[in-house]
Amino acid sequence: MNVIPYLICFPFLAALVMFCVRNRKVRGVLACISVAAIMVMVFVLAYCYISDGKSSQLLYESAHYVEYIMQAGEILLMLLVVFLCVKYKKYPVILLSVIPTVMILLTEYIGPELAETAHIRLDRLSLLMCLIVGIIGGMIVVYAVGYMRRYHEHHVEFTDRSSYFFALLFVFLGAMFGLVLSESLTWIFFFWEITSVCSFLLIGYTRTEEAVRNSFRALWMNLLGGFGFAIAIVYTAYKFRHLSLGMLVEQSPLSMIPVMLIAFAALTKSAQFPFSTWLLGAMVAPTPTSALLHSATMVKAGCYILLRLSPALSQTTAGMFISIIGSITFLFASMLAISQSDGKKVLAYSTVSNLGLIVTCAGVGSTGTVWAGIFLLIFHAVTKSLLFQCVGAVENSSHSRDIETMQGLITRLSKLAFLMILGIIGMYLAPFGMLIFKWAALKAFIDSGSHNVFLVIILAFGSSTTLFYWTKWLCKLVSYNSECTPCDDVTTPGQYVSMFFHAVMVIVLCLTFSYISDYYISPYISDIFGETVEFLSKSNLTLMMILVLCVFLIPLLIYLRTRRMKKRTVPAYISGVNRQGGRAFFNSYGDERHMELSNWYMEDLFGEKRLLKFSIIAGAAVVVIALVLVIGGALL
Amino acid sequence: MTEEVMIRIAVTAAYIILAPFLGGLLSGLERKLSARMQGRRGPSVFQSFYDVKKLFSKNLQVVNGAQIFIMGSYAFFIVFTGALLFAGWDLLLVFFTLTTAAMFLVAAASCTHSPYSTIGANREMVQMMSYEPMVLLTAVGFYLATGSFDVAEIVKADQMAILKLPGCFIGFMFILTIKLRKSPFDISCSHHAHQEIVKGITTEMSGPCLGLMEISEWYEKVFLFAMIGLFFISSNPLSIIAVVVMCSLAFFLEVLIDNTSARLTWDRMLYSSWTVTLLLGGVNILLLELFK
Amino acid sequence: MKDVSKSPWIIHYDGSSCNGCDMEVLASLTPVYDIERFGVINTGDPMQADIFLVTGGINTLNQMVVKQIYDQMPSPKVVVAIGTCACTGGIFKECYNIIGGTDTTIPVDIYVPGCAARPQSIIDGIVQAKECLKQKCIAEQKAAKEGK
Repeated sequence: MNVIPYLICFPFLAALVMFCVRNRKVRGVLACISVAAIMVMVFVLAYCYISDGKSSQLLYESAHYVEYIMQAGEILLMLLVVFLCVKYKKYPVILLSVIPTVMILLTEYIGPELAETAHIRLDRLSLLMCLIVGIIGGMIVVYAVGYMRRYHEHHVEFTDRSSYFFALLFVFLGAMFGLVLSESLTWIFFFWEITSVCSFLLIGYTRTEEAVRNSFRALWMNLLGGFGFAIAIVYTAYKFRHLSLGMLVEQSPLSMIPVMLIAFAALTKSAQFPFSTWLLGAMVAPTPTSALLHSATMVKAGCYILLRLSPALSQTTAGMFISIIGSITFLFASMLAISQSDGKKVLAYSTVSNLGLIVTCAGVGSTGTVWAGIFLLIFHAVTKSLLFQCVGAVENSSHSRDIETMQGLITRLSKLAFLMILGIIGMYLAPFGMLIFKWAALKAFIDSGSHNVFLVIILAFGSSTTLFYWTKWLCKLVSYNSECTPCDDVTTPGQYVSMFFHAVMVIVLCLTFSYISDYYISPYISDIFGETVEFLSKSNLTLMMILVLCVFLIPLLIYLRTRRMKKRTVPAYISGVNRQGGRAFFNSYGDERHMELSNWYMEDLFGEKRLLKFSIIAGAAVVVIALVLVIGGALL
Repeated sequence: MTEEVMIRIAVTAAYIILAPFLGGLLSGLERKLSARMQGRRGPSVFQSFYDVKKLFSKNLQVVNGAQIFIMGSYAFFIVFTGALLFAGWDLLLVFFTLTTAAMFLVAAASCTHSPYSTIGANREMVQMMSYEPMVLLTAVGFYLATGSFDVAEIVKADQMAILKLPGCFIGFMFILTIKLRKSPFDISCSHHAHQEIVKGITTEMSGPCLGLMEISEWYEKVFLFAMIGLFFISSNPLSIIAVVVMCSLAFFLEVLIDNTSARLTWDRMLYSSWTVTLLLGGVNILLLELFK
Repeated sequence: MKDVSKSPWIIHYDGSSCNGCDMEVLASLTPVYDIERFGVINTGDPMQADIFLVTGGINTLNQMVVKQIYDQMPSPKVVVAIGTCACTGGIFKECYNIIGGTDTTIPVDIYVPGCAARPQSIIDGIVQAKECLKQKCIAEQKAAKEGK
């Protein structure tokens, strides 16, 4: 287990190197080498863990010197935030940064004597997160090397601060490793704040007015969560005399207050309503940021913490409220996604919506839901990161990420379009990952008790709206015309490596998840809940695998079979005379008129104007009620 | 156990072979019945078979090459969906496969870059959005009523599921109108001529392609009436009579509704089907769960 | 090949006319005349139609429309010109913009005269078109066989 300190520290070192190297090519090569090193370390860690055979390991009981470094780091972070807040005149945010930091420091120095507990926990869940962060995150960094080059060729108006960008990406990776491996609350808090600040700095990368505004929104919302976390730490220290997340969960009915506060922090991080707006604003950042921080890893940290807490949340008021917030978010975000035409915005809403589902699963906290939640987390990370990368690559090539301009992408940028289609069907169609586990979650909700029926109803509506926005995007991609203007594909090989890797992962995971479940996830579930349940029957899983093959093979077979058939090609029927292969027509005066096909957005039904405010208010109300009821209930 | 497997295979094979005949006959009856309701003589009951035979004897004509294999995949998945149901598989899985099939249809329509077809495809998506919640809730209802999602278990229940699922049944009848493309919800594609978007989702399909579409619809029809039958079947062999009677009644009712109502707009459809889903399906399930 | 003639689906186009024949075509679809009993469906979509009913004359603007509709129909296909205008240009023949009857633009198989053509004669035209469709189908299959 000696790898762990290296795993956490190496990315920080790599960040320093990235920051110092100004030559783009050298930096790219170094970034790829560092990623390779990180991946090797993650695999070594996984190998050690599995060959060790122990299910859960608690490490590093005393690590005082590290604590000093962290305290210094926390102060540094605080100073950085204060400096930037003053620079951009966002004074109230300063309080959200200063107060928690001071609280934590005071607790550590003048607080009560604390029990010596482990600082690092390595178990199946944290190792899984490490694998996601290491592999997916690493691949996204590889993608970013090519992407940032094209990005600055295309956007000459922004100053090229790529070295700063890559440095932040590596800092973030290090912080993520730290976050998922830590057991001590103060350690988690430290890494938690680093990820918040990283996200803030990356959103503000372009320094445009909009970017700065959105980055500060992300900052204050995340810091607010951090504030809750800090209160939880202080409370735990005084009340329970230890700072261990695992022990907190074990003491569960007594420790409801800190658990609720940490869950609150997790809600802000995983962008649940009412905090979803920061994630939507975060889409101004360059696409690798969105892929890495805002879909694959950082927002998953919130879900990860909730999954950690789920044994404590199971069958409690807090758990019920968290599942309500999650399900509200799932439903409304998927409705709002319908009204968006900006590709990244749709992905953002879809991310929020899927995170909502995972949060719901964690909030219900039964064996089945946690199992489904973990799988949703894996599949969502892979698939959504693929989609973000595709949209980014399309934007670099066609200079637009609006879905309306993706008409007929299948002929204009075939490779990217095929990858995108794979990502889209991976997100919502049987027999792919996201859908299978939505199905598993549905079953688990029903089985987990009668009070969860309303979740089933919400899930039913939410899946139907999800279906709509993905299908219409998919249709836009395949709707092609012989006279569509071709596009230059400027995607670099490095980007393709990353995207193809993700695409292969999407399919391989679908084919192998029942083994992953048997040998990896189910043992974890039986570890924490002490019971094993077969969630989907073997025959169903086999059928799913057959279906995966069918979805690809049947169209291919029919294509090969009918390709040589004699057929006549005619222009599409437009009740008139086609011009330009159907992109224009003659009107009744004999003039040539251009024709555009557009998707449905249903602005007045699902538009942001109508739903966004409502869902934020609804979310906020539930959060406030939950906090008051749970904390008030525990204090009384 | 092996005997049961044999029966399941036999039933599935019977579905795959016989469903087109039954479905085609139902389509023919539908047209005959409609004509009678309108005071006409109408075509022969075998008209659908003549139509399809003619369509396959026409020359192959496409707007673009992708149409053929996407349509083919649609047909495959529709047959597959029905086969899963008759093989007694998990009800949710059956419905998810149905969604996958529907996605292929929508893609086949929109890949043509034709305005009518694309509007039809968009409306089809709205239809999917309208009926999907009720479909899922029906599956959940069966689970709560009989304790299993597996169709093989549901048909072995001691009593008819309808006794516990009256709300889900009415809700399902409601979306059946959407699924069968019957007025007032025939907005993506109508069996009648002269609608504002020509032939909607099937506008660009001709000859064998359209023939494939017709055959898929027959399969789908049998599948949907089998779903209606699932509400009435129980371990008692006499329940088969109830299934046949109720399916015929449902069929007659659908034709009657088709002939007596005008088409609604998509937003009315969305509102009404979601309301029905929530009021009948949702409440039915809540009550079931409460008095479990 | 019998079945081809049992399912003649039609598309109907009204050119330069007084709309009289147009009305009569629709009238023959009503319960009174009920051409659906022959298996006719008024598709409104050339991609799915076998018989092209043209009423009214051809003018300079609608010529290309008629041509395109004819092109978009999958063969075998039959064209029926209904009414005097569609047959010859009729009362509008001398107008500056009129080219003439349907046969100036596409090959016509059946002519149904009349001003306006009565539903009975339209039905008769369609029944004859069915026969024509059958002949064409047989001829086409023969050609395909010989081609092999």
